Amino acid sequence: MNDVLSNFDLVLQAFGLTLQLFVLSGVASLVFGTLLAAARVGPVPVLAKAGAAYVTLVRNTPLLVVFICVFVAMPRLDLNISSFLVKGVIALTIYTSAFVCEAMRAGINSVPLGQAEASRAIGLTFAQSMRLVVLPQALRAVVPPLASVLIALVKNTSVGAAFGLAEATARMRIFTNDNSSDRPLIFLTFAIGYIILVEVISAGAITLERRWKVAR
Amino acid sequence: MRFIRTKTTLAAIGMALSLAACGNAGSEDTASVDVQVDEEAASSFEEGTKMKELADAGKITIGVKFDQPGIGFKGAADDAPTGLDPEMGKILAASLGIEPSAITWKETISDNREPFLQGGEVDLVIASYSITDDRRKVVGQAGPYYVTGQQLLVKKGSDIKGVDDIKGKEVCSVTGSTSLDNVEQKGAKPRGFDTYSECRDQVVDGAVDSMTTDGAILLGYAAEDPDNLEVVGEAFSEERYGIGYSKDSPEMCQWITDTLKKAQDDGTWGKAFEATLGKSGVETPEPPAMDPCS
Repeated sequence: MNDVLSNFDLVLQAFGLTLQLFVLSGVASLVFGTLLAAARVGPVPVLAKAGAAYVTLVRNTPLLVVFICVFVAMPRLDLNISSFLVKGVIALTIYTSAFVCEAMRAGINSVPLGQAEASRAIGLTFAQSMRLVVLPQALRAVVPPLASVLIALVKNTSVGAAFGLAEATARMRIFTNDNSSDRPLIFLTFAIGYIILVEVISAGAITLERRWKVAR
Repeated sequence: MRFIRTKTTLAAIGMALSLAACGNAGSEDTASVDVQVDEEAASSFEEGTKMKELADAGKITIGVKFDQPGIGFKGAADDAPTGLDPEMGKILAASLGIEPSAITWKETISDNREPFLQGGEVDLVIASYSITDDRRKVVGQAGPYYVTGQQLLVKKGSDIKGVDDIKGKEVCSVTGSTSLDNVEQKGAKPRGFDTYSECRDQVVDGAVDSMTTDGAILLGYAAEDPDNLEVVGEAFSEERYGIGYSKDSPEMCQWITDTLKKAQDDGTWGKAFEATLGKSGVETPEPPAMDPCS
């Protein structure tokens, strides 16, 4: 009754949710991760320490545990967020932004120190020098590592399958449960879906790298 | 300084261990029924059948669920799973002359029941395994040995009084299960979790509105926490639990059916039910009529 090809709209719907999780938490992680990186390299010691502590804490926590904190621990502490999508995005963002932060920091460190010193010398504030001088150069260097982080994020969305999110992996398990005779086809269909998503990100990264390439 | 650090580490490990010990939720006394082991079994089966092979070897591997109280449940500290499914396994093993202690219990989840049978990793699957035509294409299913239906578990005083009220509500069950698929088709927002106990916690904590699966399991949870939880509505599906065997050994069907029929007739089936699902207050039903083996 639930053949994978005749119910292809369900497959698309599931990948739609995967994509939604990816885009929302991807954008949020990029913003939050960049702010964290700025805090870590910035002149305020408290912020730098806090950023470092966040990265150490989150990077040492398995993603599954982060999900458990958001989906199981928070409701028990009466901090429940009613939307499952938002909970998923929060869990993925908490986790991914630590990795974005470190990729960004590597990029910032690749910009020669003289650039930052010169921009401060001509009277730019720290925020201005980050925004106008350092980050634009750093971003070029971080495209490949950020692409890796984002590809990992696409695949990490599948953890949501065990936390009430009917994304691609959850839908795949419904299909295999109902159509045990059709397993290879179901696995293949969903594998192709994930490959397409990952390839799109890779292609985007390659395009950006090429466009932003400068003679050094 | 070094000494202090060692002590802190030890304290931390100790705390982690004591936390781990708390994780043993819901394990109850290991009630089970004594089965009559047939010592002469090996000689009663024909040469070349799977039954003969198992009886000669004196051991059998059975796949059961480890996370369904009353059906198939094994706590972290238990040696063997308890529930109706393991009891059925013991009855079948006994007819082969195999002691309960010689049974290897292997955890199967919904996803791996067919692969385990096809790959020969288990000899039988008795894991709340609903009989469906599609499954019968890839594995053999004898039975049913128990018939149940899907119901809803809610917090006491919930708006949900039956299956007609779940439209647009968050309803959880185990990811990929037929129960979840059923409520999705009735307009609920399906929320799949890894185990039934996680799903029950979501109901208790108010993160979802209701939990759904086979009534017998829900009654077990409601009985554990009668002040907070209740089972509402009539059953809205029929699940016929069958015993899975490999298609390579079709001769097993007749043996399973005959053995279970005998257990139904001599009252062993009823005793097994009372010792497991019956403890949550359900009356022992009439044993279901089993499908003929083709």
